[in-house]
Parts: sequence; C-alpha cells; structure tokens
Amino acid sequence: AAQAAEDGIRVLSAEKRIDLTGPIVKVFLTLKVQNTATGADASHVLIAFTPAEADHLAIVKATRAEGKRKKKTYIPLPVSPADPATAAPNGARLYSISLPTPLKPTDTTTVEVFYVLTHSLEPFPAEITQSESQLVYYRDSAVLLSPYHVQEQGTYVKTPSSRVESFTRVDPTSRSGPDVKYGAYGNQLPYAYSPIILHYENNHAFAVVEELVRKVEISHWGNVQVTEHYKLKHGGAKHKGVFSRLEYQARQSISGASSFKNLLARLPPRVHSVYYRDEIGNISSSHLRSDSYKSELEIEPRYPLFGGWHCTFTIGYGMPLQDFLFESADGRRFANLTFGCPLLNTVVDNLTIKVVLPEGSKSPQAVVPFETEQHLETSYSYLDVVGRTTVVIKKKNVVGEHNVPFQVFWKVFLVLGFVAPVSYLTIV
Amino acid sequence: PRPAPRADETLAQIPPPRPPMAAAASTMLESLPAPLLRALRLKTKQQELLLRVSALALIYVLAFAVRLFSVLRYESMIHEFDPYFNYRTTLYLTEHGYSEFWNWFDHESWYPLGRVVGGTLFPGLMVTAALLHRLLRALSLAVHIREVCVLTAPFFAANTTLVAYAFGREIWDSGAGLVAAALIAVCPGYISRSVAGSYDNEGVAIFALLLTFYLFVRAVNTGSLAWSLAAAFGYFYMVSAWGGYVFIINLLPLYVLVLLVTGRYSQRLYVAYNCTYVLGMLLGMQIRFVGFQHVQSGEHMAAMGVFFLLQVFFFLDWVKYMLNDVKLFKSFLRITLTCVISVGTLALGIGTASGYISPWTGRFYSLLDPTYAKDHIPIIASVSEHQPTAWSSFMFDFHILLFLFPAGLYFCFKRLSDATIFIVMYGLTSMYFAGVMVRLILVAAPAVCLISAIAVSATIKNLTTLIRSKSKSPQTTGKTTGSKAAAKGAVDQPLPFQHNVAVALLLGAFYLLSRYAIHCTWVTSEAYSSPSIVLSARGHNGGRVIFDDYREAYYWLRQNTPTDAKIMSWWDYGYQITAMGNRTVIVDNNTWNNTHIATVGRAMSSYEDEAYEIMQSLDVNYVLVVFGGVTGYSSDDINKFLWMVRIGGGVFPVIKEPDYLVNGEYRVDKGASPKMLNCLMYKLCYYRFGELTTEYGKPPGYDRVRGVEIGNKDIKLEYLEEAFTTSNWIVRIYKVKPPKNRS
Repeated sequence: AAQAAEDGIRVLSAEKRIDLTGPIVKVFLTLKVQNTATGADASHVLIAFTPAEADHLAIVKATRAEGKRKKKTYIPLPVSPADPATAAPNGARLYSISLPTPLKPTDTTTVEVFYVLTHSLEPFPAEITQSESQLVYYRDSAVLLSPYHVQEQGTYVKTPSSRVESFTRVDPTSRSGPDVKYGAYGNQLPYAYSPIILHYENNHAFAVVEELVRKVEISHWGNVQVTEHYKLKHGGAKHKGVFSRLEYQARQSISGASSFKNLLARLPPRVHSVYYRDEIGNISSSHLRSDSYKSELEIEPRYPLFGGWHCTFTIGYGMPLQDFLFESADGRRFANLTFGCPLLNTVVDNLTIKVVLPEGSKSPQAVVPFETEQHLETSYSYLDVVGRTTVVIKKKNVVGEHNVPFQVFWKVFLVLGFVAPVSYLTIV
Repeated sequence: PRPAPRADETLAQIPPPRPPMAAAASTMLESLPAPLLRALRLKTKQQELLLRVSALALIYVLAFAVRLFSVLRYESMIHEFDPYFNYRTTLYLTEHGYSEFWNWFDHESWYPLGRVVGGTLFPGLMVTAALLHRLLRALSLAVHIREVCVLTAPFFAANTTLVAYAFGREIWDSGAGLVAAALIAVCPGYISRSVAGSYDNEGVAIFALLLTFYLFVRAVNTGSLAWSLAAAFGYFYMVSAWGGYVFIINLLPLYVLVLLVTGRYSQRLYVAYNCTYVLGMLLGMQIRFVGFQHVQSGEHMAAMGVFFLLQVFFFLDWVKYMLNDVKLFKSFLRITLTCVISVGTLALGIGTASGYISPWTGRFYSLLDPTYAKDHIPIIASVSEHQPTAWSSFMFDFHILLFLFPAGLYFCFKRLSDATIFIVMYGLTSMYFAGVMVRLILVAAPAVCLISAIAVSATIKNLTTLIRSKSKSPQTTGKTTGSKAAAKGAVDQPLPFQHNVAVALLLGAFYLLSRYAIHCTWVTSEAYSSPSIVLSARGHNGGRVIFDDYREAYYWLRQNTPTDAKIMSWWDYGYQITAMGNRTVIVDNNTWNNTHIATVGRAMSSYEDEAYEIMQSLDVNYVLVVFGGVTGYSSDDINKFLWMVRIGGGVFPVIKEPDYLVNGEYRVDKGASPKMLNCLMYKLCYYRFGELTTEYGKPPGYDRVRGVEIGNKDIKLEYLEEAFTTSNWIVRIYKVKPPKNRS
C-alpha cells in the first residue's frame, strides 16, 4: 500500500473479461492508468492476485497499446513478480509490469494484461454419474483487486452455455444467456474485494497432463528424435458408479458429456516415424495429418477418459535436423525448439524437457523466455562411450501459451562425434 | 607392360612373373582377369565347403526372418498367455538381479496364497534373455528387454537349424544335414511356437533338446568323454528351460535298452550314457524347481534303472572275460541277474511304498494314455493345446514331411547304425506324443524334419547319380565294354526310360519341396503370427479391423483401479492381467492349485448371491469376463463355461454339470436351463446385452458366436456393477460392491 501511494498511480478505468468457456480460465484485463504523482515518473505498474490465484497462475502477459486507431501497435511488456518485501494486505501477491518509457506525471496509458489460471474451476458436485453433465464453481471478485484506486470498472464473465445454475449478485449485475456482467462500479479503494461465485455447466475436456517428459535427442547425423511421455488425467468431476458401454455407444450426446476420447497434438511439419504407444504396446487408434506448416496427430487413448481416470502413453517422432539446427554468430551451434506441450487445450502440471545433445558437445546453454529450473545430466544411448550431455529444463503449470521457441546452444567437439560410428565398425 | 598386381590377387596367389609381351590393349584386358579367375577357382572340396557354408548362412537368416511375420503384421509384442508371465519374470530379473529373482515371492498372483516364483519356474529362458540383454547392453546397444524377449525365440530357432545340420551330418551325411536344416527352418510345427513374440520355454527348449540329442549321439558314436560332458551340459540347459526334459531322461535309457537288446552294446555307449546321466542328473538337481526329482520321482526311475543295468552288464562282461568258462558264467549270470532284479524291484517297491519315490504324476499319465486326462484331470483336458491331435493339424504342421517321414524311416532301417536307431526311436516316440497332445507336435518336429531330410537327401542323391551316370553312358558304351559304367548300364538295361524317369522324379521332388516352402510361408503368415492379444478381422470393405480390446481392458485396470485391487477371472487371463494390468489375480495360468481354480469356477457357475459370498471370502474387488457375442469372437468365457462347471464340480459337488445342460445340450437361448440363465457367468456376459442390436435384421440380444437370441434379456445385478466394458464388448469388468450395512 505504501508503495502504491508513493507511485501515485490511479486506475482510471478497468475492464476485466473472464473467459470460462474452456477448462482453463483466461482473463483479459484492460487498465487505463494515470500517474497522479507530482514530480516522480512511474516506471512500472503493479497488478495484484489473491494467493489462490497466484498459485494457479500459469502465465501473465502484458502489452501496451501505442498509436491511434488503425496504427495501433501492441508492445509486449516484461512482467515479473514484485519484490516479496512489498507488503500487501491479506497475502495478496503483486506482479510488476515494467513500462519501457516511464509514465510522466499526469500522463495516462493503457495496459492490457492477459493471464491464465489453471485448476481454478472446482467441479461441484465433485462426483457425477455417466448421465450427468459437469458443473463447476468459479470464484473471483466482482471488483478488480488492485493496489491502486480504481475509478471505474466492470467485470464480464463468459460461460460456455447458458446453463448457469447460480451466480453471486453484486449490484449492478446482469445476465444474458452465457454472459454475466458485473458493474460498472465506481471509486473502489485499493485492495477492494467483493467475492463472487459462479456455478455453471462446463463439459469441456478437462485434460490435465500431470507429468510430461519430453526428450529431444539431437543427432548430428541428421535427425532430431522426440519422445514424449505423458501422464494424463481427466481433471474434472470424478466419475461415479457404473460405466455402461451401451449407454456410451447409444446415447453419445448425453452420456458421458464431460468425458473425452481423443486429443489433438500439433507437431512441427515434416515429422516422420510417428508412434503412439504405452507400456503394454502400440495403440492403433491415431491419425496423422500433415501439411507444410504443421502436422496434426489425433490420438485416441485406449478408453474414453471419464472424470478421475488416468492414462499414460508415449508419443515419439523424428524430425529433419536442418529445420532446427542453426549456427550462431559466435560459432556455436544452437537448436531452435518449441517449449510447452504439443497437446492442444491441456494443462501440464510438471513439464520436463530434456535436450540430449550429440556425444561430445561442450558448454551447453539453454535460453528460455521465462523462468525455468535447469540442470545438466548425462544420458547414454546406442553406442555411447562418454555419454551425451543433456540439458534438463523443468517448469510447473504450463499451458498452451508457453508453446514458444527456445534455444539450446552448444559447442561441438568433433572427435567425439565419431565415437559412435567407430564403435559400430568395431562391433561389425 | 605387366599389369600391376591388385591387392586381392596378392592375397590369394601371387601370379608368376611372365615375360613381357608385345601387348595390345586387348591382351591387357584379357590378361587381367586370368589370375583373378585362377585365384577364384577353388578345389572341389573348397567349393563344396563354400556352398555349404553359404547355404547354411542363408538358412540361418531365413529361419530368423520367417518368424518376423508377426512383427510385420502386428507389432513387436509378447504373444498369448504364458509368455506374459515369462516376460514379467524376465523384467523382474533384469531390474532386481538374480538373487532377488531367485527369492521372489509373488503376492500378485494366487491371492491370498501367493506364489514362490523362484522355486516354481524353469529359469532357463529368463536367464538366457537377461544374459542376451546384458550382452547387448555391454556392447552399448540400448535395447529394451522386451525386444530381446520378442526375438529370443527366432534367434534360438535359427540356432536350431545349425544343430539340425550337425545332427543330420552325424546320422547320415552333410547333404541330409543341410536338407534337415532347411526343413526345420520353416517347419510350421516348430514355427507355431517360435515366432517373434512367442516368448515361451519351448522357444529355447527345442534348441536345447536337439542339441542334447545331437551331443549324445555324437558321444555314442565317438565314445568320447568330452562329448558326453557336452551332452550333460546340453541336458542341464534343457532341464533349466522346460519340463519337457523328462522326454530326454526317458528316451535316452530307452535307447540304451534297445541297443542292449539288439546286441549293439559297446564301450562307447557305456561311456556316453554313464557320463551324461550322472553329470546331467547332478546338474539338473541344481535347478530348484526340479530339485531331487531325478532320484525321487517315478518318472526319472527308468534312467536310473538303466544306469544300474549298464553297470551290471559291464560287470558281467568283465566276469565273462575273466572266467572263460561258459557253464560257470551261465550260473553266475543267473545268480547275478536274480539278485539284481530282486534288489531292484525291492528298492523300487520300498521307495514307492515309503513315499520316497513319488508315483507318476497325472500329467505323465495323460501323456501315455490320451484318455486319462479327460476322465481324471479336467484342468489339463480343458486346455485346447492338450487335446489329441487331429489329422488335419498333422497335415497343417508337417505337410509333405508326413509322407517323407516313413520314407526316411525306410532309409534309416536300410542303413542301420547307432545313430539312425536313435533318430528312429526319437521319431517314433515323439510322433506318438504328438498324436496324444497337439502341442507336442513341436517335440516331434525336429525328428520328423531330420528323418524326412534323410529321405529327401538319399532320394535326390540316388536320382542325380542315375542322371549323371546315364548322361555319360552314351559316350562310354561305344568305346569301352568292360568299364564299370557299361556294367552298370547293362544292369540297368531293363529300364529304358530310366534317365527320363529320374529327371521327372527329381522335378517332382523339387515341386514337392517348393510346395512345402510355399505352404510353410503361408501358414506362418496367416495362422501362426497372431499374438492372440490383438485380434484382427476383415472388414466389409476388405480393410483390416483391429480389435485391441484385451489391452484396452488391461490398461484400464492398470490405470484406474486401486493398486491393491484383486481381480477374479477365469485362469486363462491371469498371467495377462498381472503382466499388463499389474493387478493381483486370484488364479492364473500356472494352475498349481486345483482347489483354488475350482473355487473360481464355482463362483462363476453359482447364482449371484452365492457367488458374492465366495467373492467376499476371496477379497475380490473386480470380476473380469471375456465375451465374444458382439464381435463373434468364439473363444470367450461362455464357450469355456462348461469347463468351469466341470472343474468347479470336480471339487465342489454342489455344482453339477447336468444342471447347466438341457438334454445334454449346451444352450444360452430361451431353451437354456434356469441355472444357466441365472448363473454369474451368464449374467456378467449378457448384462444389458439384450438391449443391443448386433446384426442387421436380427433381434436385439443376438449372440453372434452362438448364433442365437439370448434367453435372459432382463438381467439385474444386485451385488456387482458394471465398471468397464471395452469398445467391442470383448472384455467386461464388474466391480464387486462393498457389503451392505447391517441394520
């Protein structure tokens, strides 16, 4: 609160749009802020989250709109957790958005914030039978939680269907079909909070990858081999009682509405030797469609997934090396790979990416555009003598917005690259 | 100018320096290949060796490659039932090491009894695969143990061809050996148990069996201690790999006995048998599952008896040599024989009576008497591979070998020796066993191949010599009159078209052999490569439809049931559930406890409330049944159900087979007996099936396997609830509800 007062920033108007149509909560925040301080420039804007939100926050992105109307351009702004020393009431967590050009006194600017919350929809009832559809709770605040004074604001909630069982009223509140509107509210104090709860139908596939290990093996002989181990779970309301195949087959629209039986993975173009299997063998139900921009792999788990059911499987594919390998200006090699999870509309709780460099690679370095946990290890594969340097990158709570390129740099030590072919010859 | 010698020339033979020639370009070209050709021109023996080695190498590759059909048609996976247990134990062995494996108590099977795995299996197969895996790992080939397991059987089948070659050479000649190797490489009777993925004991055991026989025959032929020792080790490997070693331990003494009776006793035989038997017995005792059976079990007594008999024979021989008096010897012989026989029978009698020597087991009886199992051990009779063999399956598995076999026997008798007597005995006995049980065709396959190979080789050899001598005769007859060829020609004179007939016969033989090759390939690709876990059928448009329901169900169990859940199913699926579903089962394919299996059979054939009590007493959480009524998959639980009734009724007389039959007829439609229509198995298979239309133009609830509309369409379950049914309804899993609160 102290810092906010110092900054002297006021939110002139705020608009919060909450998208509840999918299994993941997406929030678009438009803040029009003004520096009301006298004399001091403001270099950053703070946004606040409740502790529960902060725990489930997958990604926060901020942009600033510049220019007028048609020439409007959005400049991405860096967002980082604010100094934990900054005291905020009730354990609210602050994130600070750095402005590239400081905001002069009395100037205004518009900042757009986008953030994604995972595991924020609580199924209620927590257990449903095959014929019931899935209802969930969503909890938030009608007014914007902000460390600043908010002059005027509104909250718009969009649910997937018009079946909204109940929602908290904080007048003025209105609802039309799937949309619920809160506000507009005027003159809210810093850290004002007015809890709301929505109870609505959401039959989307709550596909949660509890653990994903992606192993990317780079071979200087022209191939990049990717192996992905998935531990999938239906994160929605738990299935209760009978599973009747007859019902499921005969009345597909109403039976097992919240279950899902296939998933789509978007892979790079020109993938080859794709396989889809699990611990007990090949799973024959998958389709691959490729064009020059992307490949789409549609996979069907062995059985439809109902709430609380698990399924583990492995996807593997090869890709041509020339699409991914580059040489940097300082003579190092680097691979340009995609972060995140290729499965669409899923949440990954724990993601581990292992980039296995060719045998004899030196001084590896991974460049990822967001905070990750990294370490090195050595792995052994066919005909390895000294082992392959492996860069391990770990991240929790990953969503589709994390599917951005990242780079791994390394130096080539040529002699060791020939160990494998030589050992081939010796064996032969 | 002389062309510079090339590197390969110098290696082979340095051409003598030639005087410089007035060389034109053409002579240079001509002179170049001349030394090359000379270097390549091998002596006839070398040529023959080269041919033989390359033929063997091709056969080796062929034997391996033909068994990969299953991988091409389906995938690299473990097949059928028992291989899943073997795979699971091999996995355990590679993960936990040998001593852990040895002491493994498996609580996931035979709940609540458990199974001492280390002491109740033949470890040969698992140890072999684990060693191969370790070897490949040491060569830094990062293969998964599953791939090793899948390819173990083809690898050993390829090795068997080499042994067959050596064996054929030992009993006849190298030509017969080559033919034997070629025949066994593709023989369907052997392929049926050794395709890629068929990771079963038989895969390595047939190799071990043939190796032991070969080494023993070699030992008998040479009288060498080294070969006998090798035979003992071959026997040890066989004992470690498969229960079929009993066949060896009974065939060898029988063979020795026959040699003794036919007056073919020799020092060589004495050395070979004694060394092989004593060492083999001691080595065999090292296998925990076999233990002291070599000295304690009735099935092994023949070998011991013959061992002592040989000593007596040797002793008498020595006495006869020392005495030099026929009359004295005769009386001595009488006394000794009486003593020995009475001591022997007394020992056997006391041993059997005191229980030290166990009597023959039911399995052994059922081998000797095909009708025994049907009357006494339904659990053996219920297995389809234990049925007596039909003629068609002989034809299917042996094809032309069936006709070549007697011909080969003829040749063997024509040129009788210690070795041919052995192969004849092996052939005849194994053919008998093959007739008793379908699966034992496998044991007969090497013998049949070897004997047929003799027939083929001898016939073709005769025919080719005829053609050769004949082709020379027109030149020789005119010039020389007293030559051998002329004399032979004179003898053959009464057969005017001999040459043509020989050519025709030769062509016929090649035709037959090529038909054999085609048949074998076809059988392998169509019949013997199915993993039986994944079922495939032809769809309406001719495309292949895959039914992967088994794995769907097992994977569902693995992922979505509590880790300590107990699954009750018929014993056929036990190994698969533990290996793929990773859950505890009540009974499995080991079938060591008949009562336990009968309990499950009883539960399946009781009414639901009675079954519930049994299931409660066994802590059952889920019940799994296999049902083919939707897809027309005929080996389902309804078709196996009568065996459950029989086995259950064998222990619990409450279950009576006639209760489930109507006028001795087994039916599931309206005319079925009330007990049948309301037993647990019927209810679980047909639950809600009455609402499903399976075929166009048929009423709902039409069972496509039995071809009838089911008799009980209104099935209510009180103590169980449907937990999962696979997409084609082949596997259905029910959850046992917890007991109701007492009011």
